[in-house]
Amino acid sequence: MFALNKLYLLSPEFILLVAAFFVLALDLFGKRRWQKSLPYWTLGGLALAMIASFWLLGHKEAVFGTMAADSFAYFFQLVGEVVMFMVVLAAMDYFPGRTRALGELYALLLSVTLAIVVAVSAIDLIMVYLGMEFLSITSYVLAGFVRENKRSNEAGIKYFLYGSIASAVMLYGMSLLYGLAGTTDLAVIAKTLAAGKSFPGYHWLLFPALLFLTVGFGYKASLVPFHQWAPDVYDGAPTPVSAFLSTASKAVGFALMIRVFLIALPSIQVDWVALLYALSVLTMTVGNFVALRQTSVKRLLAYSSVAQAGYIVMGLVAFNGGIRFASFDGVSGVLFYLLAYAFTNAGAFIAVAALEEHLGSSAFEDYDGLSKRSPFLAAIFFIILLSLGGVPATGGFVGKLLVFGAAIANQFYILAAIAVVNAVVAMGYYLRIVKHMFFVPATEDAEAVPVAMPTRVALIISLVGILLLGIFPGWFMHLATASGLAMVGL
Amino acid sequence: MSVNAWILNIILFWPLLASLIVLLIPSRQERQIKNFSIWASLLPLALVCYLAWDYGVSHLATGGLAYQVNVMWIPQINVHFHVGADGLSLPLVFLTALLTTLSLWYSKRVIHTRIKEYFFLFLFMETGMLGVFLSLDLILFYLFWEVGLVPMYLLIGIWGGKNRLYAAVKFFLYTLTGSVFMLLAFIGLYLKTGTFDIVQLSQIHPFKDNILLGSLAFFAIFLGFTIKLPAWPFHTWLPDAHTEAPTAGSVMLAGVMLKLGAFGYLRVLLPILPQAFIKWSIVVVALGVISIVYGAFVCMAQSDLKRLIAYSSVSHMGYVLLGIGAGVAALRPGAIFSNPNSAAMALNGAALQMFNHGIITGGLFFLVGIIYERAHTRDLSLFGGLGAKTPYYYGLFMVTGLAALGLPGLAGFWSEFLVFRGAFDIVRIWAIIGVLGVILTAAYILWRIVQSVFLGEFNEERWGNRLSDVMAYEKVTMWPLILIMVFIGLYPTPVLNFLNQASLNILSMIK
Repeated sequence: MFALNKLYLLSPEFILLVAAFFVLALDLFGKRRWQKSLPYWTLGGLALAMIASFWLLGHKEAVFGTMAADSFAYFFQLVGEVVMFMVVLAAMDYFPGRTRALGELYALLLSVTLAIVVAVSAIDLIMVYLGMEFLSITSYVLAGFVRENKRSNEAGIKYFLYGSIASAVMLYGMSLLYGLAGTTDLAVIAKTLAAGKSFPGYHWLLFPALLFLTVGFGYKASLVPFHQWAPDVYDGAPTPVSAFLSTASKAVGFALMIRVFLIALPSIQVDWVALLYALSVLTMTVGNFVALRQTSVKRLLAYSSVAQAGYIVMGLVAFNGGIRFASFDGVSGVLFYLLAYAFTNAGAFIAVAALEEHLGSSAFEDYDGLSKRSPFLAAIFFIILLSLGGVPATGGFVGKLLVFGAAIANQFYILAAIAVVNAVVAMGYYLRIVKHMFFVPATEDAEAVPVAMPTRVALIISLVGILLLGIFPGWFMHLATASGLAMVGL
Repeated sequence: MSVNAWILNIILFWPLLASLIVLLIPSRQERQIKNFSIWASLLPLALVCYLAWDYGVSHLATGGLAYQVNVMWIPQINVHFHVGADGLSLPLVFLTALLTTLSLWYSKRVIHTRIKEYFFLFLFMETGMLGVFLSLDLILFYLFWEVGLVPMYLLIGIWGGKNRLYAAVKFFLYTLTGSVFMLLAFIGLYLKTGTFDIVQLSQIHPFKDNILLGSLAFFAIFLGFTIKLPAWPFHTWLPDAHTEAPTAGSVMLAGVMLKLGAFGYLRVLLPILPQAFIKWSIVVVALGVISIVYGAFVCMAQSDLKRLIAYSSVSHMGYVLLGIGAGVAALRPGAIFSNPNSAAMALNGAALQMFNHGIITGGLFFLVGIIYERAHTRDLSLFGGLGAKTPYYYGLFMVTGLAALGLPGLAGFWSEFLVFRGAFDIVRIWAIIGVLGVILTAAYILWRIVQSVFLGEFNEERWGNRLSDVMAYEKVTMWPLILIMVFIGLYPTPVLNFLNQASLNILSMIK
């Protein structure tokens, strides 16, 4: 039985819960002039949660038998909290003027963080489902948050429709798994499945279950062919929200996929590796080639985020059987990649938001001559794009190095070759943005683009993250490996 | 860490630091930015002269790498910060430092827009290129390789000519395509041996028994270097990039960037994968000879002066490839040749050609820039009779052009001579075809350039007095290069001593 004195292991959850209600209450009952302080309370809550998650790294326990308090969970909590910290900073500039419900906004942003924090700790199918749903529902609301904007509404509804179908399918998969194993505890499922191989029709039930689960996780991680919602939602949603949908929310999809596949389904690893192999190739190729033809930077980034998921899955494909957390291991590669990608892609959407605030659009032409109109924004966006493209001295490069290395280490040569060709194609469209920012001169009437302080801070966090992960990756790689290890051992 | 190892690191990182200082100077103070950059670029130049002297005094007799620094960088995948210099890299480091200083000096007068970004990028690029020559760890090598690419891409895209957008992207994507495959091969080498260290890998010779994987790794790396070199058929990015880049950008591209590929063969490919290299050496020779002849023929058909010089780089880097290929081909089992020194000779020729091409073609691109600043066109058919109008310019061009076509007494002669002297013994037929390139070079330099630009009628109506002779700052840019051409032409021994020691060292590592 779980002792209450272990509740401190859930302190990130409690901190976020209290912060969310506090912000809501402050907005509801507080004086009007206090409203200005809401984002700072939000940031404070996030910072506290971050400290808590960081401090708890290295623990290794199960709470109530449904939630893991291990480094793997805390690692993903940190990813989520860092992203949300940047998102809140960007939201401070983006939302005033677009909506009046600022109190709800910050409370919702904190709830989304709470959802992330809960979801990544799940070690029980019910908890996995609840976490995913909690995250989805808060995300639907945020995607459609700007009520006056039709595109935002469209994004919210589209996300909701796709999401509810995907989670229904996933739930069906879970019920099949439950039917086979008679339990919802991931570790016990693995034992039962390993023991029950003689059961007739075993594979006929297990494989559909795997497939349906993949639909659910793949939808969150925006893998092709479950990605159709992603470009429209990333494009239509308020840009700071896209920043977190394409990073933290995606990371949750991957975290749960890793946890469920590695813990509960190691007996059919051959099957899910084959399945993910196909999804990886499809995701990166479709994402990249469709991105080539986009006319707006935001939409281009949306497709690029789809393609990036393909590289991440590659790391999971290259997870090699037993515990092989040596150098170039797939899972620690995925963790590092996700961390680097979180800093990078959140930064990318925030940079887009900074421009969008002034021009209300993100067409390529709006970026003409940005290096003169806002050298700060252009320079940081440039480095972000280099990181997305995987140029050395950025976190994106080290992430790619690790997943490519994992693929080669496990002799997936063709997959690695497809991936590097894709990386070159991707660089092609990232450079299109650079071309507009640096090479094409601005039109006569183009104005300078001032970047407000909170957004500035968010972009600097992104930049520091990218360079730190790119130049001194050692400690973070250690963290990623240790976190991966912790999960397998539980 | 010895004092000289510190100096090596200062050479490497001072340009980076200087570029960051440039960022701090307010962009209105253009003169300060320009002057600071030029002065700053003199420091690596002076220090590399000192290091070369020191190497000559205390290390040349034994050869090998000196001034090494080896610090753990990413322990999880055993990546080290490992740098060092030897007889092969020191001349190229000198070349980089010299051409950077001259380029900045020249750019001071001709670049008028976005000064701060330009000088920042130029200094930043210097660190990238120096890093490739000095790094002894594959990941570090790859890092500098790519880092140098980015500023050049921006230099072409922002300050380039009419077609710059296309040229910049083409340049970047071509190089990236080659380098990502190279990266995969580096990872493969690591997984086989557990190290990225070039020195260790050169002793281990991974895949020496597995010719299939060895060849796979060889061609993956070969692709990266050959695109950068560039050899036919991977050369198509070069004429665009060189033609569209601003003058100083073309100088750095032709003078230093192309050498990165050639340097890679000698530092990475040959010492680490000698078995595969020997097996495929004839492919290397063939690509070299095709590049020599094809490049020269294409030069003959050009009407744009800068594009002509650009294609001449394809031809001239072909000599490098021929020399390296022949030097390796000599090691094939059962190869018959009369002079056992031919292999070293061919390698020496290739290495010297790298250095010479940097000096000579760098000079040619400056000269193209000088005339373009005045005429605003590079169309060969519009010029004529400049020999009488601008005698000083004519003189500079003749010396550089004759050096390029390999006139004895000037630098180009020795490298071409050594390449062919070595190759003739080893791959006779290919060498004979290659010599055709020397004749064609003479043809396009004398016939296409000298005859149509300097001889014939001067078009008084079109040009009036606009085509004035060389100005003082242009003389200052050109003279160091001219002096080096003449010096090496008359007395190549000092440079050859360095390169020969490096070549012998490489050959001894293979055996």
